[in-house]
Amino acid sequence: MATTLWIGTRKGAFALRPDARGRNWRLSGPQFLGHIIHHIVQDPREPRVLLMAAKTGHLGPTVYRSSDRGRTWREAAQPPAFRKAAEGEEAHGVERVFWLTPGHPGERGTWYVGTSPAGLFRSEDGGKRWDPVAGFNDHPMRAQWSAFGTPDGAFLHSICVDPRDPRHLYMAISVGGVFESTDGGADWAPLNEGCAADFMPDPNAPFGHDPHCLALHPLAPDRLYQQNHCGLYRLDRPGRRWVRIGEAMPKKIGDIGFPIVLHPSDPDTAWVLPMDGRTVWPRTSIGGKPAAYRTSDGGRSWRRLDKGLPEGQAWLTVLRQAMCSDDREPRVGVYFGTTGGEVWAGARGGERWRCIARHLPEIYSVTHAT
Amino acid sequence: MSCTVHIPSPLRSYTAGAGSVGAEGATLGEVLTSLEQRFGGIRFRMIDEQDRIRPHIRLYVNLQEAPTLTQRVHDGDTIHIICALSGG
Repeated sequence: MATTLWIGTRKGAFALRPDARGRNWRLSGPQFLGHIIHHIVQDPREPRVLLMAAKTGHLGPTVYRSSDRGRTWREAAQPPAFRKAAEGEEAHGVERVFWLTPGHPGERGTWYVGTSPAGLFRSEDGGKRWDPVAGFNDHPMRAQWSAFGTPDGAFLHSICVDPRDPRHLYMAISVGGVFESTDGGADWAPLNEGCAADFMPDPNAPFGHDPHCLALHPLAPDRLYQQNHCGLYRLDRPGRRWVRIGEAMPKKIGDIGFPIVLHPSDPDTAWVLPMDGRTVWPRTSIGGKPAAYRTSDGGRSWRRLDKGLPEGQAWLTVLRQAMCSDDREPRVGVYFGTTGGEVWAGARGGERWRCIARHLPEIYSVTHAT
Repeated sequence: MSCTVHIPSPLRSYTAGAGSVGAEGATLGEVLTSLEQRFGGIRFRMIDEQDRIRPHIRLYVNLQEAPTLTQRVHDGDTIHIICALSGG
């Protein structure tokens, strides 16, 4: 099966494809030059279909859809938009379509979108028309759950669908926390017990946390991993208390970062890319020496993977959607893109890294497609 | 009312490259609805779901900036859509 890496950047979309021997990667694009591309995601139920979350600096946000593996794109007929506010009600407008998640495997054509300000939207026709998920967007606690935000507003992201039950959903808000719905999004409840929120006055607050990236393993859907602003966590349901698996990381490295990436078939294997979260939050590779870390035992131990990466003076930042794995078993590849416009490929699970593209615009997302 | 609408380059993907198009309406809001009917998707890029003009968009009727979509439009008026490009 051919591999494509879709690269979403601040200035457009690009694709990277390897040659037959997998040694050299060919860059194509840009598509939508000048557009801000937050996410490009393939539909695993219909692999010819891809969705792209886009906007430009001055025009409103939208979603593009391809039904020919990214050769041509068509704009959604009804992009994600909040309902019209009633008289005297606070009026919300979608500023960014930030996150795309395909729906349940049995619900062909269903997709979810997360936006800034924090909003959840659903499409049932493959991404052509989007409707608000009122159970979250009109939830009486929504304003409190997403009160803090980031400098670019509060983002709703990391929407996860339980493969056993399409009504069982998780999502995350930066800043706000992790939330769960067991009724298809009609109601939501915080799920943050055990997570640190060092910036909050109440260390046991039920929400207000900053999950950077949440991931559910499709083959072990009771297993959740989370890279949080305040550490690296794992939760095994039906438990409700997150365990800080980042405690097993080397102390001089810490457990702060943005992405967490899961192995396609081994729920005990995951990769992270630690960044400097001290003082004013540089969010760069620690000491200027970039490295990924991999666990193969569910977070009990971590192994440094830096062969081929720069040995010093490399101050990389990798955003939450900018790291992924492929499905080339048993030698799964791992990839990340930097805000400096480089894409790195880690062969054999990150054992050896190689820069496969450079000089791109600021990279927001790296996703794998077949 | 018939008017002429000047389309900025970032929105010409909707008008097949046309830099100006004719439209109908007695208010700016009606003119934009008329544009939307012909060029599906163009309105939401300029106007949000609460009918607010987006922060980096300006609309002018006969060289006067229109603060809201209720601005009256008369036969023969000229409307300019301006995208306030800035930043790197």
